[in-house]
Amino acid sequence: MSYNFEARAQRILLPVNPLFVITTMMTALVFNLLPWRDIAGIPDILALVLGFWCINQPRKIGVGTAWLFGLIMDTGNGALLGQHAFAYAVLAFAANTLSRRILWFPIWPQALHVFLLLLGCQGLMLIIRLAAGSPFPGVLYFSGSIISAVMWPLVNFVLLSPQRRPESVDENRPI
Amino acid sequence: MEFQPPPFFNRGPAPLVRLMFFISLAMLLMVLDVRFHYLEALRTGLAIVVYPLQRAAMAPVDAFSGIAGYFSSQSSLQRENDALRAKVLQSSKDVLTLDTLAAENAQLRKLLEAREHAPRKATFAEILYAGRDPFSRKIVIDKGTGADIKAGEAVMDDTGVIGQVTRVFPMMAEVTLISDKEQATPVQVVRNGLRAIAYGDGATLDLRFMAANADIQNGDTLVTSGIDGTYPAGLPVARVARVERDAAYAFAKIQCVPIAGTEKHRQVLVLAQDTNLQPPPAAEAQPPTRTAKGSRRGSRVRN
Repeated sequence: MSYNFEARAQRILLPVNPLFVITTMMTALVFNLLPWRDIAGIPDILALVLGFWCINQPRKIGVGTAWLFGLIMDTGNGALLGQHAFAYAVLAFAANTLSRRILWFPIWPQALHVFLLLLGCQGLMLIIRLAAGSPFPGVLYFSGSIISAVMWPLVNFVLLSPQRRPESVDENRPI
Repeated sequence: MEFQPPPFFNRGPAPLVRLMFFISLAMLLMVLDVRFHYLEALRTGLAIVVYPLQRAAMAPVDAFSGIAGYFSSQSSLQRENDALRAKVLQSSKDVLTLDTLAAENAQLRKLLEAREHAPRKATFAEILYAGRDPFSRKIVIDKGTGADIKAGEAVMDDTGVIGQVTRVFPMMAEVTLISDKEQATPVQVVRNGLRAIAYGDGATLDLRFMAANADIQNGDTLVTSGIDGTYPAGLPVARVARVERDAAYAFAKIQCVPIAGTEKHRQVLVLAQDTNLQPPPAAEAQPPTRTAKGSRRGSRVRN
């Protein structure tokens, strides 16, 4: 079976600005700290953005950063201390490890990978909380992962936009 | 000869090692938090860091509600005004009788030489945000140790009890709602004075360990019993919604709906604890073993 590699040819991106990475993660954190409790199945945007940077910048964003942001989430939510830190660390490790594989795929299969990663992250948190004696929050709890995965192309577009170059600055440029 | 990779390829410890390190750190935190509650200091420190972020997150919400309030139409204000006037009229009757009742009550208490109920200090607070954690029912209010709020104090809105302060930070405090799974509230049935403990059950409350023939009916109002000194007596807590009696079980299954808007309002009152309350009697005093032993030994010597 032949595969049309020409169609998937990607432009070379500019190097990422570390300040932009941190800013987007802080914005996602603030989004997560909004009063969302009344609405079930709100996506965990911080996990999505964290997953994005772990996949796209595995050398810059990894387990340590994820753990720290998870700890901040735990405090902000009054959750069990270490619950988000644990789940985010595992998410970051998986995303770092799978980064080369995931980036090879077109955008929607990428979203499918991300869905499974986020679902695993939520499942871990659920197991931890059930072990600590909390009640089951309902199946809608998992809908956040689906919404996050659907948002993947949008997140991809927005977060990669500062790294893109104008299409034709120079006619003689090969790529 | 020892082989070392050149330093520009060196990327620190292997990813799996790093993961294991952070996972064990997280597990340590969880165990310390759940089992030993050692981490309140760490939590307080982190809370100070998170506080500006939370305020930033709330800024657009506050701005929106401010703008919405500015544009609220005159007719809705007029309607609200009418409703409030009707309510005042209705309650003025109760207030008038209340004065005479209070006087009578004071006199009776004096007759009985009972301890006067000290009026509790109440602190007004606003709900900063509701925790996003879907596993628990908690809210965060904007007053903390700065406003002299202590853990364990009761929190109410205009209709009844909504919860209890469980953690206090310098500028905010965490309130566990009565509907949280780990929250228990001492209550009393208004109709017959029956005491019970209401446990949270997600959105509703449960009265556990009530005998299958306990005198509780649908629609009974539960108020705080005031026995523990945490909650003042007589604050509405919940209304019985469903009673299931099954001969196969020793206990009835009683479900109640909170009366106060545990998920609704933004303004709450934090009630200080009853300072007049006597501490519970200490465990039985140790018998004076040492002197007894000494005398026995003494007697042996004498023999």
